[in-house]
Amino acid sequence: MRRPLLMLVPTLKAAALAAVLAPVLALAPAALGSGARAAEGHDVIHIPDTRFSFDGIFGTFDRASAQRGFQVYKEVCSACHSMRQLSYRHLTGIGLNPAQIAALASQFQVQDGPNDNGEMFERPARPSDHFRRPFANDAAARAANNGALPPDLSVMVKAREGGADYLHALLVGYEEPPPGITVMEGMHYNKYFPGHQIAMAPPLNTEGQVTYADGTKATVDQMATDVATFLAWAAEPELEQRRAMGVRMIIFLTILGGLAYAVKRKVWADLH
Amino acid sequence: MAAGPHDQHELSDPDSDVRHMHDSKVQNPVLRWIDQRMPVISMIQLEYGSFPTPRNFNYFWNFGALAMVTLVIMIATGVVLSMQYAANTHLAFDSVERIMRDVNYGWLLRYAHANGASMFFIVVYIHMWRSLYYGSYKSPRELLWMLGVVLFILMMATAFMGYVLPWGQMSFWGATVITNLFSALPVVGEHIVTWLWGGFSVDNPTLNRFFSLHFLLPFVIVGVTFLHVVALHITGSNNPLGIEPKTKKDTIPFHPYYTIKDSFGIVVYLVVFAILVFFMPNYLGHPDNYIPANPLVTPAHIVPEWYFLPFYAILRAVPNKLGGVVLMGGALLILFVLPWLDSSPVRSMRFRPIAKWLFLVWTVNFGVLMWVGGKPAEQPYILIAQICTAYYFAYFLVILPFLAKFERPLPLPESIARAVLTRKGGGPLPAGATAKPMEKA
Repeated sequence: MRRPLLMLVPTLKAAALAAVLAPVLALAPAALGSGARAAEGHDVIHIPDTRFSFDGIFGTFDRASAQRGFQVYKEVCSACHSMRQLSYRHLTGIGLNPAQIAALASQFQVQDGPNDNGEMFERPARPSDHFRRPFANDAAARAANNGALPPDLSVMVKAREGGADYLHALLVGYEEPPPGITVMEGMHYNKYFPGHQIAMAPPLNTEGQVTYADGTKATVDQMATDVATFLAWAAEPELEQRRAMGVRMIIFLTILGGLAYAVKRKVWADLH
Repeated sequence: MAAGPHDQHELSDPDSDVRHMHDSKVQNPVLRWIDQRMPVISMIQLEYGSFPTPRNFNYFWNFGALAMVTLVIMIATGVVLSMQYAANTHLAFDSVERIMRDVNYGWLLRYAHANGASMFFIVVYIHMWRSLYYGSYKSPRELLWMLGVVLFILMMATAFMGYVLPWGQMSFWGATVITNLFSALPVVGEHIVTWLWGGFSVDNPTLNRFFSLHFLLPFVIVGVTFLHVVALHITGSNNPLGIEPKTKKDTIPFHPYYTIKDSFGIVVYLVVFAILVFFMPNYLGHPDNYIPANPLVTPAHIVPEWYFLPFYAILRAVPNKLGGVVLMGGALLILFVLPWLDSSPVRSMRFRPIAKWLFLVWTVNFGVLMWVGGKPAEQPYILIAQICTAYYFAYFLVILPFLAKFERPLPLPESIARAVLTRKGGGPLPAGATAKPMEKA
């Protein structure tokens, strides 16, 4: 009984090696990345890669682009989309100074109260106030939008597969439906939206829809890039600090690791 | 306390009921005063100073220390996060975002905690793999192994409940799917689920109790870890050769040899941890969990965290709900009886020419289960999951019990010292190779 089984060993070795190399290399990253990434469904949509200032390990937010993006949000998106996690004071993160922020906030009327008479009242917003929401509640938002709820944009970049690339693609991805596809009433065809039918009408549709103060030409693509940059900052305002700290951490740990290894070698030298 | 054999020397008559102060060797008068009354300093000296440890560990033996470090990181970050977190369905999501934006270094705490869970599972999976490959679960370390399985299951429960706390879409729907598994139990199932939820769906009472348990269980883990370490210090560590140390030449004191080796390992580990936290903090997460929980909108695909995927695949491998639950539970519980399933007296796979490859296939099989667990429940994934599930169990229930009857193990080395020094080029054992004396008490 022993010999025949031992003869199996080389075969088993080869089988195991093949089994190790093929699926592990091909599949493990997908499994590790996140299960859902692979579970996208059959209609695989390729999201084009947009070049952003914050790409890569050392990327930072282009302040000018983020400020233009905030302008796009303020003048276009904020008609329907809230950003409930943000306060005006946070905008120092995209390079606005406290005076600019105070002036900006005071343009908005927010509800406060109750006052001494027990009444709610309106007052100009302060930097410490949250961004004013376009609707009083979700039901009001749905009522004004044909039943669809415009999602909050605070962490949208982190809440969608593809992040800022996806948002940019979505904003420039409106087109006429291909022949044979009927778009439901009140819906719009978008080649990058899962299922391709989106309730949001094309928000950025004409060049010059927003007038940039810095003279940048407001093409649809430019506006989409800018607002995606702003939303990426809004979702991860800590990104620059995080990466800078990460670089210092890795340098520190690498030196510490080198020292630890040297000490280890020295301590173990008398054993070898 | 894990009292070593040397602790008993002050009890001249073992039958005496008279209690003595500990005969402390500590020089410092204050520490000596403490040590005489509560010999923790002597204990640390015995268990982490001169503790005889096999001299031939490879780097797989770092992962116990790494798990300990991760546990400390998780509790430290978790306690601070809990000071800012609000366990209420209306507040939870926003309170987490507030931690990310307005709490000083809150983003660092939260990303370290969230990725720490993944790092914990990576470390523990490697730690368990080490035990499986080198036969660390075999006699006399069965209880040590079983306590480890308890820790693994406690970790899974803790991680699951922790993932619910941010109250995102995957939190909510993951909790719904997993708690619903109990409804598969006949008769009492539905009642158990209602009892777990504290209502008729996953809602505020569920979130509240999950937060409470998520805070409690880590301290249970600390307690069981202590028992795990006590058991370890009675049997001593296994080693890559899987043979017990016979003489002093086979062991070295834990300090300084393994304290420095563990320290180096910890720094390397922290580099990996830092890369994840600082440069790809959401890589292992799911985007849907940045969407606030909505009981009216079901995500297209509900996927658990990556470390649950192999067991999720086993759950879905059978079309019968109860069958799936039983298989998934069985996949974990079978680990408890593993020491008695493996009939080979040889521990290390280095000396088991057939078992070694069948175990490596099992390892790949586990990886495939992890991959297939993240796929939709449709063909061909179901078939793959079924084949892999069958092999997962066959390894434990067929291969390990019966293989030893046919397999001829390679000759075991005479001793650890002999094997180590032969590999280094042979020659007689150098003087002083046994141990470096402790410099400080």
